[in-house]
Amino acid sequence: MKAPLPGWVDIGLIPVVNVLLAFVVVGLIVLAVGVNPFTAVRIMIVGAVGYPEAIGYTLYYTTNFIFTGLAVALAFHAGLFNIGGEGQAYLGGLGVGLVVLALDATLPPVLLIALAVLAAALFGAAWAAIPAYLQAYRGSHIVITTIMFNFIAAAVMVYLMVNVLIAPGSMSPESRAFADAGHLPFIHDLLAYAGITMGQSPLNLAIVWAALCCVFVWVFLWHTPWGFELRTMGHNPSAAIYAGVDIRRMTVLAMCLSGALAGFVGVNEILGVHHRLILNFTAGYGFAGIAVALMGRNHPVGIVLASLLFGMLQQGGAELSFDIPAITREMVVVIQGLIILFCGALAHFTRPWFEALFGALRARSGRTTAAGAAEA
Amino acid sequence: MLQRRCAVTLGAAAILVGTGFTARAADITPAVVYSVGEKFDGSFNEAAYRGAERFKTESKINYRDFVVTNEAQLEQAHRRFAQAGNDPIVGVGFLQTSAVTTVAKQYPKIRFTVIDTVVDLPNVRSVLFKEHEGSFLVGVAAALASKSGKVGFVGGMDIPLIRRFVCGYEQGVKYAKPGASVIQNMTGNTPAAWTDPGRGAELAKGQFERGVDVIYAAAGTTGLGVLQAAKDRGKLSIGVDSNQNGTHPGSVLTSMIKRVDLATYETFAAAKAGTWSPGMRVLGLKEGGVDWALDQNNAKLITDEIKAKVEQAKADIVSGKIKVHDYMSNNTCPQ
Repeated sequence: MKAPLPGWVDIGLIPVVNVLLAFVVVGLIVLAVGVNPFTAVRIMIVGAVGYPEAIGYTLYYTTNFIFTGLAVALAFHAGLFNIGGEGQAYLGGLGVGLVVLALDATLPPVLLIALAVLAAALFGAAWAAIPAYLQAYRGSHIVITTIMFNFIAAAVMVYLMVNVLIAPGSMSPESRAFADAGHLPFIHDLLAYAGITMGQSPLNLAIVWAALCCVFVWVFLWHTPWGFELRTMGHNPSAAIYAGVDIRRMTVLAMCLSGALAGFVGVNEILGVHHRLILNFTAGYGFAGIAVALMGRNHPVGIVLASLLFGMLQQGGAELSFDIPAITREMVVVIQGLIILFCGALAHFTRPWFEALFGALRARSGRTTAAGAAEA
Repeated sequence: MLQRRCAVTLGAAAILVGTGFTARAADITPAVVYSVGEKFDGSFNEAAYRGAERFKTESKINYRDFVVTNEAQLEQAHRRFAQAGNDPIVGVGFLQTSAVTTVAKQYPKIRFTVIDTVVDLPNVRSVLFKEHEGSFLVGVAAALASKSGKVGFVGGMDIPLIRRFVCGYEQGVKYAKPGASVIQNMTGNTPAAWTDPGRGAELAKGQFERGVDVIYAAAGTTGLGVLQAAKDRGKLSIGVDSNQNGTHPGSVLTSMIKRVDLATYETFAAAKAGTWSPGMRVLGLKEGGVDWALDQNNAKLITDEIKAKVEQAKADIVSGKIKVHDYMSNNTCPQ
């Protein structure tokens, strides 16, 4: 029987070793392209956390990953695999855009932003509700339907942007710019009020909303009866039915909450950064959310940490291809993929070695004490 | 320790930029942000790249460039270059309008040049081309080279700019052969339409089946599929933006050259010489901004008759004898 590893090894040493291993492999690949790996790693780290603007960018990406990571995790606890984060985020952005475009001349900022956030949640939830209904009441598998709904969302957005929402006279499919009332404040502007100067970055108040969402998900899942029912369903649907959980309603509820969380990407992107409706603002965050949730072990704290890592990779990777032309954008994806592979998918890869190591250490110390006892 | 030193250096650089430090004319630090698609698309982006390379060879001043993965990244690319103190910054393509507008407002001391669109700010130069004039010329060549009397057009994204291409092309075809007809297709409604050679080939095959034997492709990377399809079927194609005659020698009839390279090069050179000025420039046949391509790759395809007629049309457009209607002036094309 294997003895459990000490806590500090499990959550401290193993992840660090994994990251180091990832950097060794990345270094070899970077070396193969003819770039000094230490320079590359330094650019990535400095580019991600080395100066205020970089931190701003990293946290801005982190915000998106938190929303989609939470979305995937919440559905996962209910035993549902929501691959539709991309489409739900897209529709969430559409909700934000429609509200702001319709009302930005009339409503005061606070009310407008509150309505826009609500719209993001409703649109995202509605887009997740249809696959949820089909799964719960018609038996269509949610993996298939959510992924198909991503395509439908993309097609709907293209249709609306090209034919309806495009700003008159504009050649590229984007809506008119929002009035100032429809801007979620940038963090650097808020800091400027407080007398702190920070370089301009897209980081905006949506990150505070993301933090609140983390707390909400934690409270909901582990401290409410609904969360308990939801997790019961995820662990064992038969037991949940036996315990009186209406798993059809619970499926729809879980997916609606998941979709609403994904929809908040629209708040960060449309309300916080672009201030106009554009195409492709989701840029793969919905899919990355799956990796974030897996890596964060479906717990809000883990998701925040995983999102930080993804945000750093995204920003550091962009800096890398900015600064070293030999490293193309495709190379950056390879590097990001490797780091994610080692930290996430291969998280238990090194575990047997540590178990063997600590097992041997323990056995030896066990023998010495036993021998000492016999002598005495 | 090293990391901290880097942070300090970068911070210092940011402060220098922030306090209005402008580089001396002699040591400019130019940058290019390409349009959505590949850098080496053999067409639009590549033309900008060549202009930047020419500047680099002649002046020994290095430049930086960036290819975005999607249009949402354009603003970050511009801001990142502006933050790093790059000046001037060239934005290639109309998709960059809002990105350059936003960033140019934030960095009023940095000079921006946008190509194919207009940004009306005191630190932005906007370069436009009279694509209808160049398209007219290749329309003349297409009509004369066609045996079936049917010529084709494959556009990228369906926007007024590309309709300007097809409208000029149609006028050229009708001018050379009044009875000839033009069959046209647009690839799509989104920026993805620029990056889909497979779809380009499909559209070209469809047109060949309808009797077309010359196709003009104005579709970025998508156009490469059109050129390939024409080569495979033994038909003729017409390239765009860069000189694409050499892509498939003997199959590409000619190319409508749009001197994006010149626009890029001149921006860098003017900035270096200290003569860069904001405002709008429109480059037509007269200014050498657009033209048709004749070189050893297509010399066998261009008969003396075609050459004479195209050169005649060119001279007449330059002198003002022929007025090519610009689709974008009233969003209609005369039939």
